[in-house]
Amino acid sequence: MDNLRQKAKELLESKTVNLVIGYENGTNGKARAVFITDPEKTGKLIYDERCKQNLAVYLNKHEVKHYGKIAIVAPLMVMRSILVLVSECQVKKENIVALGIGEDGSLLDFPSLEVVEKYVAKIPLGNPQSDQEILDKLNAMTMEQRRAFWQNELERCFKCYACRAACPMCYCLRCTVECNQPQWISAPAHPLGNLEWHMLRTMHLTGRCVSCGDCGRACPLNIPIHLLTMQQAEEAFHMFGVRAGTSMKAESALSTYKPDDKENFIL
Amino acid sequence: MEQFEPKLVAFVCNWCTYAGADLTGTSRIKYATNVRIIRFPCTGRIDFMLISKAFANGADGVIVSGCHPNDCHYTSGNFHARRRWMSFNAMLTFMGIDPDRIIFSWVSAAEGAKWADVVNQSVEQIRKLGPFTEYQKLVQSGIEEENFNG
Amino acid sequence: MTPEKKIIDRVALDKLYESLKAAGNKMFAPVFRNEQTDFEYNPNASEISYNHIQTTQSVKNTVFPKIENLFRFESSQKGVDLLNIDFTKVPRVVVWNAHPCDAAAFSALDSVFNWDFKDEIYNSRREKLAVIGMSCIKADENCFCTSVDLNPGSVKGSDILLTPLANGTYLAEILTEQGKAIADANASLFTASNGENKEEVLAKVEKQFDHSKVTENLANGFENPFWHEFSLRCIGCGACAYVCPICTCFDIQDESKAGNGRRLRCWDSCGFGLFTLHTSGHNPREIQSQRWRQRVMHKFSYQPDRNEFIGCVGCGRCSRACPVDMNILEQLVALEKLEVAK
Ligand code: SF4
Ligand code: SF4
Ligand code: SF4
Ligand code: SF4
Repeated sequence: MDNLRQKAKELLESKTVNLVIGYENGTNGKARAVFITDPEKTGKLIYDERCKQNLAVYLNKHEVKHYGKIAIVAPLMVMRSILVLVSECQVKKENIVALGIGEDGSLLDFPSLEVVEKYVAKIPLGNPQSDQEILDKLNAMTMEQRRAFWQNELERCFKCYACRAACPMCYCLRCTVECNQPQWISAPAHPLGNLEWHMLRTMHLTGRCVSCGDCGRACPLNIPIHLLTMQQAEEAFHMFGVRAGTSMKAESALSTYKPDDKENFIL
Repeated sequence: MEQFEPKLVAFVCNWCTYAGADLTGTSRIKYATNVRIIRFPCTGRIDFMLISKAFANGADGVIVSGCHPNDCHYTSGNFHARRRWMSFNAMLTFMGIDPDRIIFSWVSAAEGAKWADVVNQSVEQIRKLGPFTEYQKLVQSGIEEENFNG
Repeated sequence: MTPEKKIIDRVALDKLYESLKAAGNKMFAPVFRNEQTDFEYNPNASEISYNHIQTTQSVKNTVFPKIENLFRFESSQKGVDLLNIDFTKVPRVVVWNAHPCDAAAFSALDSVFNWDFKDEIYNSRREKLAVIGMSCIKADENCFCTSVDLNPGSVKGSDILLTPLANGTYLAEILTEQGKAIADANASLFTASNGENKEEVLAKVEKQFDHSKVTENLANGFENPFWHEFSLRCIGCGACAYVCPICTCFDIQDESKAGNGRRLRCWDSCGFGLFTLHTSGHNPREIQSQRWRQRVMHKFSYQPDRNEFIGCVGCGRCSRACPVDMNILEQLVALEKLEVAK
């Protein structure tokens, strides 16, 4: 933690960056995002198991971009999100300094995002184990049981779009659900509208989700929608052999193809 | 009991399957009349949302068809489409929505007979599955007034 | 009417619930399900939660549902016919076991929906609503009813307010004609009260700020750097607004098929980027700090000024629901102390 604070302080003092995004102690024992511009305030920075939010969500925020060069506290999911955002031309790589956090919570030295790519390449990627266990259970169910499961969950959704707002990869200024000429997705939060919304979100994140789980954590109604995108992350890996957020150049699974992609259902 | 006649929507590309379906007609091959064909420039344009729209509007099944791999008029539209369908199928399966309601095929401009087969086979398949009531129920439900106001 | 006090025991309470349900009321009561406590329509008496601190969602759903069908339309050769929904058929609803903050929220909603335009649909639901409140004997760090002129035992908005007493029975304060009608129809379930004191069982909620000071500071705080600083973290979802008992932003959506369809009123949030986007492309609230400011200003400045109520009952739901810990209480305390140039 001291290393992290020290590093953040140096970056701000030397004006290498104008803003540091990290975690601080929030209210009621929670950790939360903090935005630091004053090198004297870097003592607020913390890192522990409560620091779950995927901070990369802020990189595309108008007010944050305004700061130009930014350092961001980056555990694995944030590193991967940054790589996705660079590959999708949402942030400029020269504007980001990743304050990498290793699996053991230590500060990693990342002089550039290329080094982040190398680091990510060495780590086994996948869904968090607890989520994968639930996925395995769901996959073992019958189609009918899964339908009932999702119907029960999705019916509750009231379309606050916290799942969308929490995801770094959901950055569109006008989401398809808000396009009404024509109306693609039925906007009201009735069962059909909810199903369409979640199909849309899932499809648009297929091959782009880094399995951080923030969408599910954000949902005020405890709807486990992160399972949808996490399942697709695994599917994309099995079908196309790629994972999101491993390189700044790679295109996401659905924006590219291989002539010999294998399926078994096209007549 | 009267035989259930399913409603199918077919989203087809202009260059191959649409032309193929034309050929089916000009060759005077008879096939099931349950399908409404909608022509697109390319399978690459056929968004999954169109498929869900078709279901929301009462289709019991959907056919999506275009040029064979390597024959796309725009070189790679069908390759992109293939990945999208693979993902869409995986997602539907995970959400418990039967992917058998959607039939994907490659039908070239020369395959008039194949188009007839695809349609006939699809209609049979959907007939067996019956009306897509689970989905159609979703369209109706969820708004309280509908219940007390008839 | 002069409030009456009675006593009802736990067994009789379940009976009262069943009796109201059997009388054809739709019961809206809190249930623990999906790892959270939230209101549902018509649960079984045995499913109802009596030990939660706060439900995830508020009771506004009963009068301002997440989707409301305003009318239907049908088009033909001759033109378009508008078909009104018959709101006289709105069911009678009893809100069961709502905390005093929630019960009090109805009066704010009443003002919003009757401010200039009288919202017939809202009013027809409201007229058929009865509220059985339940005083709080537990509170958490997010509760701040006492800072907005309410308290864990306030009677505002309830037709009957129950308070769980130490001996396991409930003190029932019968507060309105409607409450009296309910009590009279079920008179055998109640016994006479014996001067029980509810104050001693109520949760202790310290007053955290002076809301009139907040309102005063806000009047001069529109351009304060506070907003930028305190809302950089906000990701602009609608969670806070959707769970709030007083947030009433809505959006109108038409759904139609071949010219026939319905017009729906759906929840919306001033926190959404597109909420104020004009057709021209101009957006007067372009960035999140302006939208967060709007939320706080609306509740603590505009509504007190214009409608003479505070747009917040201190339920703390928004703080609990917020994925990024935008704690409204923390902010209000800071706003009370804000240095503003007059
Ligand atoms: S966060 Fe939850 S309630 Fe909100 S839109 Fe997403 S799934 Fe629905
Ligand atoms: S887990 Fe959810 S929030 Fe995280 S990247 Fe995937 S879709 Fe986005
Ligand atoms: S603003 Fe927050 S604390 Fe106040 S009434 Fe709304 S949800 Fe409750
Ligand atoms: S305050 Fe929290 S809940 Fe409200 S819009 Fe911002 S992030 Fe979402």
